[in-house]
Amino acid sequence: MSLGMVFAVLGAALSTLFAGMGSAWGVGMAGQAAAGVVSEDPEQFAKVLLLQLLPGTQGIYGLLVTFITLSRIGILGGTAITDTHTGLMYLFACLPIAIVGLVSAYHQGRTSVACIGLVAKKPDQFGKAMLFPAMVETYAILALLISILTVTNIG
Amino acid sequence: MAIVKMQKLSVCANQKNRKAILETLQNLGTVEIFTDEITDEELHKKDTQRARSEFEKSAESFDKALKLLDAYAPEEKKGLSLFMGRAAIRRSEVDRVSKKSVSLLNDATQILRDEKEISECGGNIIKDRNQIEALLPWQSLGIPMNTERTKTTAVFVGTLPEAITEEQLFAAASKELPEPAPVSVSVLSTTHELTCVTVVCLLRDRQKVEENLRAIGYARPSQMVPEVPAAATIELEKDIELQEKNIEDLKADIASFAGERNDFRIAADYFRSRAEKYKVLGTIPQTKHAFFLEGWVPADQADRIASLLSDNYGALVEKEETRETDVEPTLLKNNRFSQAAEGVLASYGLPQHGHVDPTFIMSIFYVIFFGMMLSDAGYGIVMFVACAIILKKYPALESGTKKMMQLFFWCGISTTFWGLMYGGFFGDAIDVIARTFFGYTGDGIVKALWFEPLKSPMRLLIWCMLFGVIHLYVGLGIKGYEYLKSGDVVGFVSDILSWYAFLTGLILMLVPSDLFASIAGMTFSFPAFVGPLAKILAIGGMLIILVMSGRGRKNWGLRIALGAYDIYGVTGWLSDVLSYSRLLALGLATGVIGNVINMMASMFGGGPVGAILFIVIFILGHTLNIGINALGAYVHTNRLQYVEFFGKFYEAGGRPFNPFQNANKYVEVKEER
Repeated sequence: MSLGMVFAVLGAALSTLFAGMGSAWGVGMAGQAAAGVVSEDPEQFAKVLLLQLLPGTQGIYGLLVTFITLSRIGILGGTAITDTHTGLMYLFACLPIAIVGLVSAYHQGRTSVACIGLVAKKPDQFGKAMLFPAMVETYAILALLISILTVTNIG
Repeated sequence: MAIVKMQKLSVCANQKNRKAILETLQNLGTVEIFTDEITDEELHKKDTQRARSEFEKSAESFDKALKLLDAYAPEEKKGLSLFMGRAAIRRSEVDRVSKKSVSLLNDATQILRDEKEISECGGNIIKDRNQIEALLPWQSLGIPMNTERTKTTAVFVGTLPEAITEEQLFAAASKELPEPAPVSVSVLSTTHELTCVTVVCLLRDRQKVEENLRAIGYARPSQMVPEVPAAATIELEKDIELQEKNIEDLKADIASFAGERNDFRIAADYFRSRAEKYKVLGTIPQTKHAFFLEGWVPADQADRIASLLSDNYGALVEKEETRETDVEPTLLKNNRFSQAAEGVLASYGLPQHGHVDPTFIMSIFYVIFFGMMLSDAGYGIVMFVACAIILKKYPALESGTKKMMQLFFWCGISTTFWGLMYGGFFGDAIDVIARTFFGYTGDGIVKALWFEPLKSPMRLLIWCMLFGVIHLYVGLGIKGYEYLKSGDVVGFVSDILSWYAFLTGLILMLVPSDLFASIAGMTFSFPAFVGPLAKILAIGGMLIILVMSGRGRKNWGLRIALGAYDIYGVTGWLSDVLSYSRLLALGLATGVIGNVINMMASMFGGGPVGAILFIVIFILGHTLNIGINALGAYVHTNRLQYVEFFGKFYEAGGRPFNPFQNANKYVEVKEER
């Protein structure tokens, strides 16, 4: 087993690790706010649940990059890496979704909390409330894209 | 396809027809009444506040009674309440119910009274339980708790704040009394914090013994009953039983009204509608013999309503010209496909009159983009079949929910289409099943009709951006159409055509370049004339923007500066186009997560146990994936419409059409002809 493999697996692990941590953070925060709203007005359950789920996608993006990476470096498919350079490249390719996933999920969670407050006061403004957290997610999507494009084009 | 043209009507009629006219308008539900502009000193408005709040209170009583009926005599559900909508009833039903509304209201009040008694009984039970709890340490006391003396002795019944034995107590109580002390003590029960005791002494020693006891913390019991504690406990338990039986009786009494549930619903809506009518009535200006009102109606209904009112009630109805200051309410009318997306538009904001209703164009892009993001044939089939079943099974859906279901039905079909294009059916389920259970070893069975995104993501990214450019160009085109419609040709050339030329030129210059070829892995070679043409378009467009963008300014320096700033807006276009990369990212996410689920499901091999585990994991995993990705697709399709597309042309700010109608919550009244 080469050192390259170690780096590549590290990268794959990091993307699920950090992006997942960010999502757990964000969804957790939003869930607390959502529970508060439902305790006052149970009819808003479906709406605040959707808002709570929005910061959850980063974790999935992280998982996605991990899976693509693992399926290319000989763990779930593909060919094993023999040199350190390629392994390092995989590691760096995973970093965008790992780091941006963490930060954007945290901030998307905070935005969701604010929007859950908005829905609590004005339930008819749900369409707009959903859009604000989605704005934050744009950057996670861009990071995901770069990670995927890089991983699929190495080697 | 459009915003419905509105017509303003003014009505003047005799007072004696007031009730009939208002009821007709309310049942029609197509007129938005407003009366703010009719002002005259001789006109007065009727104060209907009291009648209105009376009706609202009645409606509320019925609502509460219905909730209680649901709690104590639950109805058998014939499906998911979310999709049930309102039950359709005939007008004669309403008349029948309105005739007996007094007795119905009495019944509802009876239910509310019962509920109040139930909670009182519940309170009593709690009180009794607390008392039983407090009497527990006194159970072995054989005399009433408030006994203070007999003929010759003094009796102390009370508590001490700590554990104490009878010897210690005797010693403490008989302190400084001559030996042998005529004191008898007994400890009834003891814990760390509380000891219940009785002390008996001769009457003459009473004062001394009491002092002694006080010194070690003696106190009278906090809960005193004038009976023997054991007997009192039995009494209390009997009372609890009685109260519980009471509650049962009251609940049964409430449940006995279950047969009137439907009448309650109709009555609740009847009173709600009357409250609504009185609200409008309170705003109507009137004299002693006549009343006046104005209202918006959809233009194609104006004549029908006008003749209806004048023929039946001799009202004077006139069509009014729309004044400058009037804000026409917005009502959308679209074909069967596009009306499904009206809710999406409404949650951003309705268009104003004189502007374009983008629902039709938006609905087409909406469905396509949603399909590209979810992009799995299996998920798409699940979606549109589920929506079709719901639409078929619950015809009385609330209009908002119904539109949503229709929208997802179309989105489901689009998802199926894109799934086939990308070769996704529950991820790669067919291949995995073939390999795991049937020993298939060949190439993939399911072939993408177009290509697999994961194999060539760059190629799909270019396509996504192309779709983005088309979407944005159409948005810009709508703005151009509005310029032309208002006759502003200069504006059309300098704000719309210039941008088309500028952007198209830039794209044509970029596509054949080495940079693009190395990114996309594709080379384009255009005919020779395209190169110079692209330069002419780009430079021409740029010059027009530079000179014309700030055309409202007199100062040429400022005007050019504004133009230069607007050219800088091309970076906005770049980021808008890049934003469409989410079409690729979300499409990939669905597919890859689907594959991961299939892989996990197939890990247990091909035996019977493997098959069972496969089915369980497959169903759970794909349900989760379809849920989270459909949510993602929905949110991000909305975003592409709201931010990128609407950003190019759309101004919301229309006032929704809010006709005077029956305020029904439970039933939908069908008119009889």
